[in-house]
Amino acid sequence: MEKIYARTKGLRPDVVSGFCPGCMHSTVIKLIGEVLEEMNQMDNAVAVLGIGCCGLHMEYMSYDNVTAPHGRACAVATGIKRANSKSLVYTYQGDGDFASIGLGESVSAANRGENITVIFINNGIYGMTGGQMAPTTLLGMKASTAPKGRIAEEHGYPMHMCEILNQLTAPYYLERTSCNTPQNVLKTRKAIKKAFQNQLDGKGFSMVEIVTSCPTNWGLDTMKSLDYLNEKMLTEYPLGVIRDNG
Amino acid sequence: MERNLCVAGFGGQGVMTLGKFLSQATCDSTDMNVTFFPSYGAEQRGGTANCFVVISDENIGAPVADKMDDLMVMNQPSMDKFLNTLKSGGTLFINSSIVSNDIGRDDVTIVEAPVTELALELGNAKVLNIIMLGVYVGYTGIIEPQIIWNTIEHKLGSKPKLLPLNRQAFEKGMSIGVAARK
Amino acid sequence: MERVFMKGCEAIAEAAVRAGCRFFAGYPITPQNEIPEYFSRRLPEVGGVFIQGESEVASINMVYGAASTGTRSMTSSSSPGISLKSEGISYCAAARIPMVYANVSRGGPGVGSIQPAQMDYLQATKASGNGGFKMMVFAPATVQEAVDMTFAAFDYADRDRNPVLILCDGVIGTMMEPVVMPEMKGDAEIAAIKDGKKSWAAIGHELDYAKRGWIQPGNWSTAVMQQGNEEAAAMYDNWQKNDVQVEQYKVEDAELVMVAYGISARIAKTVVDKYRADGKKVGLIRPITVNPFPYEAIENLNYGQVKTILDVEMSIPAQMLQDVSLAVKGRCPIETCLCSGGNIMKKEQVMDAVAKLI
Repeated sequence: MEKIYARTKGLRPDVVSGFCPGCMHSTVIKLIGEVLEEMNQMDNAVAVLGIGCCGLHMEYMSYDNVTAPHGRACAVATGIKRANSKSLVYTYQGDGDFASIGLGESVSAANRGENITVIFINNGIYGMTGGQMAPTTLLGMKASTAPKGRIAEEHGYPMHMCEILNQLTAPYYLERTSCNTPQNVLKTRKAIKKAFQNQLDGKGFSMVEIVTSCPTNWGLDTMKSLDYLNEKMLTEYPLGVIRDNG
Repeated sequence: MERNLCVAGFGGQGVMTLGKFLSQATCDSTDMNVTFFPSYGAEQRGGTANCFVVISDENIGAPVADKMDDLMVMNQPSMDKFLNTLKSGGTLFINSSIVSNDIGRDDVTIVEAPVTELALELGNAKVLNIIMLGVYVGYTGIIEPQIIWNTIEHKLGSKPKLLPLNRQAFEKGMSIGVAARK
Repeated sequence: MERVFMKGCEAIAEAAVRAGCRFFAGYPITPQNEIPEYFSRRLPEVGGVFIQGESEVASINMVYGAASTGTRSMTSSSSPGISLKSEGISYCAAARIPMVYANVSRGGPGVGSIQPAQMDYLQATKASGNGGFKMMVFAPATVQEAVDMTFAAFDYADRDRNPVLILCDGVIGTMMEPVVMPEMKGDAEIAAIKDGKKSWAAIGHELDYAKRGWIQPGNWSTAVMQQGNEEAAAMYDNWQKNDVQVEQYKVEDAELVMVAYGISARIAKTVVDKYRADGKKVGLIRPITVNPFPYEAIENLNYGQVKTILDVEMSIPAQMLQDVSLAVKGRCPIETCLCSGGNIMKKEQVMDAVAKLI
């Protein structure tokens, strides 16, 4: 029989993912690995991993990676890329990391037009620490630190990172995708590839915001969390290209 | 032998430059140890500025001595602030254009030079520090005038137009200093 | 060798460039602004990178990233800014990333004052961040020492794969003094140093799990964590055996021994000379490395002869005093001569403190 599909070489073949059932991290890291392979960049890539579930796969990644302090991935990536410009450097960050504690580093790196790629996983909640409220948590969405749900008067509104960065002059490419359908998985793959290619072409800051689910902390089963993602998350965070200077 | 100098005045009077020229020249052209220590404040403009220069043929301890051998005051607030740091038998250099020589002490030597007026006479208020530097070098003989001049020339290298004016200012100060020595 | 007249901060930056530092990120804070300013002019001349980070936090993390590629990298700040950097410093220590940073320290705590102080001693030597890591900490007493220590710091950092701290006070950072600069390392040597770190650096590796560059400031495995802690502890012990630097000045027959570092030591030394001229038996022990601390030099004093130890530092309460006490072990009284909050130690104050004890 002909082998038509194999696990990406970016991940060790002998280790099982530590992600929860229904979590889309595993989908995204697979896509990144596949794209790096396709682009022949696996031996040139440096991943900068945020704190939280984003770092869960560091043990079984087979290419270079650096764990950044919480929120500092864009600053760490800046240092790596500027010191060694030939590397393909990307950050892999969640919403707490990128949009809350790391907001300063994220906006500043984007504003400098750093020639790096950000893969931003937006599931509207803190994962590893146990379902606390994130800047991207939807209004009404319950969190372990917002037991009555997010209330605008008290917590403000969900932050739209693509749109915020779109106020800056320097960013080159900003796209929001999801992994809720096979079609969107393919779109995400394409967006990641485009973002990496931009970096190889020296175009500057590119970000792919991927809206995902967190069944465990949303307190929903995998199918219901998909419904929630489709109905609620994607209403708040509409998919599409926010900026493409190419 | 160690010699301690404090230079004090308004920000903008070139107090730091004066101290730097003196200490730079000492570094460039002698084997002496020398330190320059700027007292820094939070204000970028205005306020008082002062710096400390120590010249010694031995290792220098504190770059800011408790007691000064020489004190140079370019304005009245500096006089009020620093006069008590001048040791008995020390020398006080005052910008007599705007600083009173009525100091209530008779244990120090006063060397007066109206450097604000002299600078204006030369056509540029900014050279008052170079005049005062000339006074100091002329009076103390602490370093060869030519050595100081070489440093000034080198530091002003990018603005050669300013050299004749500064030369005049330095010589003017020198003559006052030498005359006061007697 | 030619003497040049340089400000401490600028001299530190130039020494770093000469040691092969090719990356600097920093954030403005008085009194160390001349370090980033100097690098911003100088690094582009030698093909290096300067970045003004958006914060101290970002700057140290840029250095963490740059140093992770094997590039000799540096940052600097002053006391409150160093507190902000402590997160990134801890990450560098945990991931065993060599980098150098300078603290041109000022009065504290809090925003404190912008004037010189020695109030970060315990932070520098005992707890520069979470997790109990340590660093070699050099305390220059002259601008020349600041230059020589910065130049050497990069070698120590690379040798140990660990951060190295230049603990300066604001006096050393802002004063100008004649210095002789070390010779600039050539491009080939700098490239060779970087190449030497290729095996672990995050620069991309052939696709092989075992060979990947993995910059790992933590691990899911507690066993791996403990092993890393043990290796680090062994390294710290080795410093104590091999890398202590101390100046002992006229202590052989001294009945009063001062212990002071940095600018305080400089002032204390002139006090020793003053009293010696009068035949008084006063000496000085100056820690040059404040970590590893020269416990042995103090421990081995002849306590039949030494009547009193005088701890001289620009910090209230005294901080180095704790290390001095560990070495004296109660064998003679320890007195202090202190100032704080941005006041520079006066020679007169030290003279008086000594006078009371002899």
